Amino acid sequence: MKRVYSKEEVCIACGLCQVHCLVAHSESKDIIKAYKKETPRQPSRIKVQQKGSLSFPLSCRHCEEPWCVYSCLTGALQKDPESGIVTVDAEKCVGCFTCVVACPCSAIIPDFHRKKAVKCDLCPHLETPACVANCPNQALIFTDGATPGGTKVAAEGAVARR
Amino acid sequence: MVRKHFRYLIIGNSAGGIGAAEAIRETDKEGSLAILSDEPYHTYSRPLISEYLAGERTIEGIYFRPADFYKQKSVQAILGKKAAALDLAGRLVRLESGEELTWERLLLACGGKPIVPPMKGDGLEGRFNFITLNDARKLRPALKKAKEAVVIGGGLIGISLTEALVKSRIKVTIVEKMGRVLGAIVDANVSRLEEARLKKAGVKVVTGHTVQEVVASAERPEAVGGVVLDNGQEITCQILGVAVGVSPRGELVEGTDIKKGRGIVVDRHMATSHPDVFACGDAAEAYDFVYGVARLTPIWPNAYIGGRVAGFNMAGKKAVYPGGTVMNSLGYFGLPIASAGLFDPPEGNGYEALSHLEGETYRKVILKDGRIAGMAMVSDIGRAGIIFGLMREGVNVSSFKEALLSDEFSLPRCQMTCGREGSARNWLHR
Ligand SMILES: Cc1cc2nc3c(=O)[nH]c(=O)nc-3n(C[C@H](O)[C@H](O)[C@H](O)COP(=O)(O)OP(=O)(O)OC[C@H]3O[C@@H](n4cnc5c(N)ncnc54)[C@H](O)[C@@H]3O)c2cc1C
Ligand code: SF4
Ligand code: SF4
Repeated sequence: MKRVYSKEEVCIACGLCQVHCLVAHSESKDIIKAYKKETPRQPSRIKVQQKGSLSFPLSCRHCEEPWCVYSCLTGALQKDPESGIVTVDAEKCVGCFTCVVACPCSAIIPDFHRKKAVKCDLCPHLETPACVANCPNQALIFTDGATPGGTKVAAEGAVARR
Repeated sequence: MVRKHFRYLIIGNSAGGIGAAEAIRETDKEGSLAILSDEPYHTYSRPLISEYLAGERTIEGIYFRPADFYKQKSVQAILGKKAAALDLAGRLVRLESGEELTWERLLLACGGKPIVPPMKGDGLEGRFNFITLNDARKLRPALKKAKEAVVIGGGLIGISLTEALVKSRIKVTIVEKMGRVLGAIVDANVSRLEEARLKKAGVKVVTGHTVQEVVASAERPEAVGGVVLDNGQEITCQILGVAVGVSPRGELVEGTDIKKGRGIVVDRHMATSHPDVFACGDAAEAYDFVYGVARLTPIWPNAYIGGRVAGFNMAGKKAVYPGGTVMNSLGYFGLPIASAGLFDPPEGNGYEALSHLEGETYRKVILKDGRIAGMAMVSDIGRAGIIFGLMREGVNVSSFKEALLSDEFSLPRCQMTCGREGSARNWLHR
């Protein structure tokens, strides 16, 4: 499936992906209103990870065997069998945040104000996810990994083993 | 006598049973599949019975899967019927109703039964367990008349019940035998934070004592009027909730060759000592990656994942249980707590504990030979997943252990070992 991948060699941690993620998931889809009027503010579903000069944004991997889905107490988290997209049904979610502990990437954000889990949904209302479309450095790519564009695309070796 | 045959028979219509049914249907669309439960309901989320009790959700609102789930998955749901006996040689399960179900593969996802401490005078109206939707349904009408309640057990289930009672404007006293609440899953610091929240909400917490006697009401001798503790203290109440916990329901394997410790013992494929009988969830002792042995780890995610692994293996697709441990995320009385594994390091043996407490914000990890054997986070739980992921993967964190407690702890800090690409892989069938 198509996922959002990052290229750490060109990410400068400007945080614009976070801004545009927030706007894309706001009521108004308007940057000013989303920040100034809609309270409590929607959390961004993508988070820039940074240490010194190393940085890259991280969002949900839409895992093949998603820990979050299997840990959800209510059935709110589901992986679509066709698209592979992992989403939260806000109606069903009770904000227990078991999924937050279950996800090894901490890609689920606890929204304590609304008592809901929020996560990347790959922007179903847009052709390209907002974070990818708005990165000024093209540090984010949206691909099924068949055409490697970034260093870490489809890399499987990043998991340290016992 | 009615006798029906199924390729797959699952006993238990909850986390474990559903996890298995879904995995079976991903692998085998045709083989006949039945789920049996003595609870008469569509599959529901057990932890949500408190939301139902508090009137925040309807029964349909706590369904774990959509109403057409069984139809969609071609599952025959046999609900409200109890399995009374298991005959391994005949590969059949006899129901209380007299019907017989034969099977080729059997899953025991039977969960647990409530632990009820012996109390003098027990058996009066107004005394409730808090494990099933039926328990919550029986309790609900009692909320209207009651003013005071005693909850026995200050663990997860007891606090969950307490929260629902407080929301219904009932004054609650928790009686906990141990010295502190949540003593089975968190350390004393976290217990203290939770106790402070409970007190702020008007809940009385009595620790280090037990209920010795249930006293009848003066006006209505058939109903609960109060309790007497082991120190002689009397507490008036109209509701007595028993929420001590559950013990594995292993009655079906009693007297069979299937190996049983405290729970039904399973291997890494979730198979019991009989190759065609599987078990998972609260009923089973399955691999705990912290202790390195099979243990009871009675939480919802472990039941589901264990069920999923069992389901694949039952349908002939090899899958390995990655192991589980007791992991919880709680938010009772507004205090977010994430915890997993050990909460205090055992004496000696190379354990090390690192912690940081500031107000209601707490972070703690317990290390053994450089690997995380336990964690607790209070208030700021946003990064708990990364730490739990490192713990589950058994990553050696020695070189960045101090960073685990820092505010800006993030993936680069753990040198990307949690596999931001890797986690998309399939870990079940490796
Ligand atoms: C109030 C409460 C709050 C909880 N909160 C949390 C939480 O926040 N997080 C968490 O991770 N866990 C929580 N848990 C624990 C969690 O609910 C269990 O770990 C989980 O339900 C175990 O699932 P299971 O499939 O093993 O068994 P169960 O959910 O116990 O289901 C087993 C089913 O099998 C049926 N059955 C058993 N024997 C027979 C038989 N002989 N014939 C027919 N049917 C039979 C039972 O009636 C039952 O319906 C909570 C539990 C309770 C009670
Ligand atoms: S939230 Fe985490 S566990 Fe769930 S699919 Fe995304 S990366 Fe995987
Ligand atoms: S917070 Fe919501 S999505 Fe996450 S486990 Fe709880 S109910 Fe499921």
